[in-house]
Amino acid sequence: MQVFQADVEKSRDFLYELFKRNTSDEATDWLNDKLEKVKGANSARELYWAFSAAPRFVGKTVLQLQESELSKADVLRPGFNPSKWTTDQTARTLLLLSIPHQDQNEFLHKLNQLFSTAEMGELVALYASLPLLPYPGDFKLRAAEGIRTNMGTVFEAIALDNPYPADYLDEGAWNQLVLKTVFVGKPLYRIYGLEIRSNPTLARILSDYAHERWAAGRTVTPELWRPVGPFLNAFLMEDIKRVFAHPEQIQQEAAALACSQSNFIPAKELLEAHPVLKNKIETGELNWNYIGRKSLPAN
Amino acid sequence: MAPEKMMFIDPHIHMTSRTTDDYARMQEAGIVAIIEPSFWLGQPRTEIGSFKDYFSSLLGWERFRASQFGIKHYCTIGLNSKEANNEALAEQVMELLPLFVLKEGVVGVGEIGYDDQTAAEDKYYRLQLDLAKEVGLPVQIHTPHRDKKAGTIRSMKVAMEHGIKPHMVIVDHNNEETVKDTLDGGFWAAFTIYPNSKMGNERMVEIVKQYGTERIIVNSSADWGVSDPLSVPKTASLMLERGIPAEDVRMVCYQNALDAFGQSGQMNESDWLQPANVDQRDKFQDNSVLRGGQTPVVGEFKTRNELKENIVK
Ligand SMILES: [Zn+2]
Repeated sequence: MQVFQADVEKSRDFLYELFKRNTSDEATDWLNDKLEKVKGANSARELYWAFSAAPRFVGKTVLQLQESELSKADVLRPGFNPSKWTTDQTARTLLLLSIPHQDQNEFLHKLNQLFSTAEMGELVALYASLPLLPYPGDFKLRAAEGIRTNMGTVFEAIALDNPYPADYLDEGAWNQLVLKTVFVGKPLYRIYGLEIRSNPTLARILSDYAHERWAAGRTVTPELWRPVGPFLNAFLMEDIKRVFAHPEQIQQEAAALACSQSNFIPAKELLEAHPVLKNKIETGELNWNYIGRKSLPAN
Repeated sequence: MAPEKMMFIDPHIHMTSRTTDDYARMQEAGIVAIIEPSFWLGQPRTEIGSFKDYFSSLLGWERFRASQFGIKHYCTIGLNSKEANNEALAEQVMELLPLFVLKEGVVGVGEIGYDDQTAAEDKYYRLQLDLAKEVGLPVQIHTPHRDKKAGTIRSMKVAMEHGIKPHMVIVDHNNEETVKDTLDGGFWAAFTIYPNSKMGNERMVEIVKQYGTERIIVNSSADWGVSDPLSVPKTASLMLERGIPAEDVRMVCYQNALDAFGQSGQMNESDWLQPANVDQRDKFQDNSVLRGGQTPVVGEFKTRNELKENIVK
């Protein structure tokens, strides 16, 4: 059984420095006091109160991260990306990382209490902290639950910029995560591990979804074809041809990218027929992240 | 004379039992913020998990649902008087409350107090007063329907015994018989406007004319029963019609509620005046209160009801 996915001490030091730099001395003093208390074994009540009350003492400012800090985060835990984290969220995660974890049952009991009574801001902190927590295997069902939420911010916390799902979810839950991200109009390029975890079933589900939308006279996000590309077959090629025929440039670009991911001969041939796009892909000028940013400027 | 440009707060409304249509109409009528006190659901809960999920839904789903219609949702957390009579369960609820009272958007301990005025009600009322004092939150009191005057006076007396300052206590469901004692004691006096009982809004107009606006608050207490989620704006409309100055209407239908519950530190005007600056992650997200393909609309709802419809004589 895996106990750690990231070094708890180092994660704590890293987040603490970020927190300190992004908040006031009073807030840091408040947190220091609470972190000390939470370290004690019989400290459930201290933990619950501090976890609830954090925003009123540390504020809810978005962290300002430097490039070097982002890379450091990624070294600490591959895919870990706190660039949209807030001060309260960071404080809460620091509290979680300070809970004694030698006793697995004790640790999980406290986490379960927090999850099962959490409000939105707390859920955001809890789900976003998953890639740093000990005993990652024990949070699979929680993560799947997070995907079913109706609350946008909570869904984002688990689905976007979070490496936990790609590393731990089973295929069914993973596919739901991707489909729901498309469904609620959030950016796929912020799903960590999208390419690594794409699979034929997901490609089929996304194609079905596209057909449903088309039948209703609506469009689909060009990002949808990203996890479909590697699994192109005779059936899915019909979709790609349709996307190529779309008047919008971004749709054609997406179709070309999907073809470029495939070893299916008809896909290669179709891409050959669009040399300008093919060339842009080869030079790196055209890629999926570019499509993602372009199709969802608001995100 | 519809008070179109006025902002209202309904500091006592049970949205759990209302539909999103109500939210749409409330938003259109000028309600910018509401407070949902924990209360009973019409039949008693029999398991602690029901309380936990109920409290969670007040803080989670209901807050989210309100935000979808441009309304800020706050709540008060507590064990209601009716359910205090199941002592075995009440004990467990008391253990659960500390997990909730300091959460964001919790503006008080409530609604607590007396229903039948039993010994069990008294015990859990007192325990919750201690909790409110410990965490520095206002207390929202439900006053009994039967033996109201004595019950109201007793609620206030017990709050004082526990060292709670009157300015930290909002006494709900006042009427002509209780208002003087409540105001004289230095407490906030809230009035619930019901279509067919308790306070009608014509009576409310008279109370404001007689007692002024200091520490007087209007609410709807709308829930699963015969009640009206537009009681606050409708009462405001009637007050204006009857010649009460707009500033006075603003006090009793907005400002006093904000001042009373704002003492929690959890409710600020900026929460709704500049929603985008408060928490940008809280802005209108995917809208699952709507059904497939519907587009979330905010601020352009059409209501079929006239404000005048609910003038209670
Ligand atoms: Zn009530």
